[in-house]
Amino acid sequence: MSRHATHIAQPVTVSRVMLKVLAALLPGIAVSVYCFGPGVLVQLLLATLTALGAEAAVLRLRQRPVAPALADLSAVVTAWLLALSMPPLGAWWMIVVATLFAIVLGKQLYGGLGNNPFNPAMVGFAVMIVSFPAQMAAWGTPLAALDATAQLQWIFTHTLPAGSSVDAVSSATPLDVLKTGLLQGGQDVAQLLLQPRFGQWGNAGGEWVALAWALGGLWLWQQKLIPWRTPLAMLAGVLAVSLPLWLWQPAHYASPLFHLLNGATLLAAGFIVTDPISGSTTPLGRLIFGFMVGVLVVVIRVFGGFPDAVAFAVLIMNMAVPFIDQTTQPRVFGRKGGRHA
Amino acid sequence: MSQLYDFHGGIHPPQHKDAATGRPIQQLPLPPQLYIALAQSVGNPARPTVSVGQPVLKGQQLAEPDGRLSAAVHAPTSGTITAIGPHPFAHPSGLPVATITLAPDGLDSWQPRSPLAWQDASPAQLRSHLQDMGVVGLGGAVFPTHLKLGASPLATLVVNGAECEPFISCDDMLMRERAAGIVDGIRIAAHALQAGQVLIGIEDNKPQAIAAMQAACAGTPYRVVSIPTKYPSGGAKQLIRLLTGIEVPHGTRATDLGVQCLNVGTLYAMARAVLHGEPLLSRVVTVTGAVAYAANYEVAIGTPLAWLLQQAGMADAQTEVIMGGPMMGITLPDLHAGLPKAGNCLIAKSAALFPPRPPEQACIRCGDCASVCPAQLQPMDLFWFAKSRNFGKAQERHLFDCIECGACSYVCPSQIPLVDYYRFAKSEIWAAERDKKNASLARQRHEFRQFRIERDKSEKAARLAARAAEQAAKLASQAATPAAASTAPAASGMDDAKKAAIAAALARAAAQKEAKPLSEQHTSGLDDAKQAAIQAAMARAAARKAASDAAKAADAANPDSPPATTPAQTGMDDAKRAAIEAAMARAAARKAAADAAKAADAANPDSPPAAAPTQTGMDDAKRAAVEAAMARAAARKAASDAAKAADAANPDSPPATTPTQTGMDDAKRAAVEAAMARAAARKAAAQAQKDASE
Repeated sequence: MSRHATHIAQPVTVSRVMLKVLAALLPGIAVSVYCFGPGVLVQLLLATLTALGAEAAVLRLRQRPVAPALADLSAVVTAWLLALSMPPLGAWWMIVVATLFAIVLGKQLYGGLGNNPFNPAMVGFAVMIVSFPAQMAAWGTPLAALDATAQLQWIFTHTLPAGSSVDAVSSATPLDVLKTGLLQGGQDVAQLLLQPRFGQWGNAGGEWVALAWALGGLWLWQQKLIPWRTPLAMLAGVLAVSLPLWLWQPAHYASPLFHLLNGATLLAAGFIVTDPISGSTTPLGRLIFGFMVGVLVVVIRVFGGFPDAVAFAVLIMNMAVPFIDQTTQPRVFGRKGGRHA
Repeated sequence: MSQLYDFHGGIHPPQHKDAATGRPIQQLPLPPQLYIALAQSVGNPARPTVSVGQPVLKGQQLAEPDGRLSAAVHAPTSGTITAIGPHPFAHPSGLPVATITLAPDGLDSWQPRSPLAWQDASPAQLRSHLQDMGVVGLGGAVFPTHLKLGASPLATLVVNGAECEPFISCDDMLMRERAAGIVDGIRIAAHALQAGQVLIGIEDNKPQAIAAMQAACAGTPYRVVSIPTKYPSGGAKQLIRLLTGIEVPHGTRATDLGVQCLNVGTLYAMARAVLHGEPLLSRVVTVTGAVAYAANYEVAIGTPLAWLLQQAGMADAQTEVIMGGPMMGITLPDLHAGLPKAGNCLIAKSAALFPPRPPEQACIRCGDCASVCPAQLQPMDLFWFAKSRNFGKAQERHLFDCIECGACSYVCPSQIPLVDYYRFAKSEIWAAERDKKNASLARQRHEFRQFRIERDKSEKAARLAARAAEQAAKLASQAATPAAASTAPAASGMDDAKKAAIAAALARAAAQKEAKPLSEQHTSGLDDAKQAAIQAAMARAAARKAASDAAKAADAANPDSPPATTPAQTGMDDAKRAAIEAAMARAAARKAAADAAKAADAANPDSPPAAAPTQTGMDDAKRAAVEAAMARAAARKAASDAAKAADAANPDSPPATTPTQTGMDDAKRAAVEAAMARAAARKAAAQAQKDASE
């Protein structure tokens, strides 16, 4: 350190920041386990081990120090976000492949922590949903009577103990059911929502998971680890598209509440659009970035080919970040205006 | 309570101020030696006015200011000068600087003091008094105070008692104990600046200082304003913004916006200097950290830091010591240095107070730095640009608006020493700009050297041509007396320029005339090749003469505008360039002429001159003569073009020399014409070459 350096610093480290993010995920994980069973924990474990292994291997190949990079816990955060976006009862190799793509392709090939233009977890998720759409859509039925051993057996061997219904492991997500139902015609949104697959506001049980993500996000904001702008702008974006559609034709378009509580909307608002590395950093840029992610999520869900859209919306907006940041530079002290050419 | 204008960002580091504020300001005995550096302020170091072995009295000037941006340096006590030379200095580089060593005699006897009747004194008198008394900013920047009292009337005088850095409490204690003295200083400064209002900003973590200042300001229009404790509220720009709402942009002086900011310690020193005639001989310095008697000490400037720390009870002489605060201070490389006027605080480091910084990690663009940056910069982007050596981009994003307060480094979760990167980028940019300046200077020097060489050559050639012209004129007068007589009276009536131009034309005519008879007269006598060479040489001389005469004529036409002839001295860029190009055009013309002559010589490359007549006979001679004539014509053309270019360089040249072109941008025209002259010369040379080879 030079003789002129700042001599004191807050005792904050990247590891502590990441640790807090992991802690903020715990309520959502708890509710998930309650709804979908211990398969969630298996996914988390597989993702964590794969992420750490892949990170270590690539760092060794790149001849970079391994231990400090693993200790910063950023790979674990990526792994957890990915595992929580994937089907809880998905086959073991799916989460492993997704994590490998996330860490190797999405993060380390760009130069590791701080250099990745895309959210690594979303890279992994996008690869899987494009490559294995059927498997990715098969979520376990919430609150299904499937015990831990049966779940493990399904994840690792793709077989079920005698007497178990295959419905317990392969029911479609609410977003998928709604999309398919509307495409087939004959039923409107209200009728579709009467199916037992849906809970009070959406995914049976899933809506509580979503609220738990929101809780974690609020805590991160209270801890000053995430800004308020990006998540709020994203939710505003979701509302900005879903609300007019719903008011216009409630029979054909799901309510804004449905969009908020289904899929990965609230997980994204608290933990994914707030990823600082791949997101915008200027105050105005954060608003634009978040809002556009929200808009794209609903647009792709409603008009696009995939039932959930968070990964694509985030990746598309990640691409726009350099431009957004460049054009939304804030005003510098004592200077007029703030834009740069 | 006046309105406050919060500034963006800022941090709240632990204060650690209480350790040193428990005791009143402490007095110390005199140290055995004083090391008074000559560089005690921003700007030029003072010039010593004493010599080794000389006894001095307390307050006697040791060194005088060197120019405006400089302040005097004085003997803090009576004693003897024992050395003047390099000595360690309180600077991060650790490089020794010129220092006066004073051995105190223990008597501490004053020289006669002369206070200033400030109410009757002019601002200029006050300024020169303060400069002579060595008063500089004691907040840490040591800017000579007299330069801050220039602009009057001033809307607002901001008094800086914020003292926002952790650990430092010298201003706090000064305000608590000597508020009346500070207010005296404010009175003087406000008088000199004709300040419309005086706002005294003090952070609310110093209630005693606020109370003392409020008491001292009772009955005055000066307002004490309690400001929220937030680093860096004591930065001049931040304090001005807090108290007045005015933002002083980078590169702008606060006075231009009607504000000036002075530190309380500086104002106290100003009061001592003006009311008591006491130069700045000592200052209050906080000594804290890993010392037994943390306190504020009133210490003579030049007191060895090691001695001071020892007095304050620093156990281990090897302890690292910070001068200044923990945010912007420097780790001292050598404690043998004397206390400088800038030294407001010494912190002996301990592992408990200053745990080692965790290793630097990758930037995760969290933006915490941006949210605390008081300059509203995007530090993570600047870091990225600095690290990738993309300095242009860093400058574009206002790197130089960074005040290096260190708030970003303080909050960075990746523990990146951001300010180090900015200092690195700034120094690289400064170095690059220095190099660029030097290169441009070198290019100018080179261009002028080229010009000078050309000018010397052409002057020499002109002298030779003049001699030839003299001879030619003799011949001409013999041959055509009436013609000469008819031109003479006309010439006498004209101004110098015309005369010169005519003389040039005459010289050309004469040269031509002379060339012809010579070729006729001496064909039989001389060998042909030699003759041709001589003729070509004469043509060259004539061309040179014509060119130089024309140039002279142009110069003479406007004796009051020397740019065309002495460009380097005037520094007028356009004129200089034009002149240089004209000179180059002349050179090109000469070259063309020389080439033509060479071509003439080369007309018979296989025959040595002596053998020529016998082997080739009349054909060769004829051809050589023709070629010489063509070379002459080409040279004449080139010379006249060059002359035109030279004339054009002089905007006021009379119509005689630039009859057709007027109103055009002169420098441009000169450049264009020079280019045309060059082209013509090239063409002429090529033609001559071609002719010669045919």
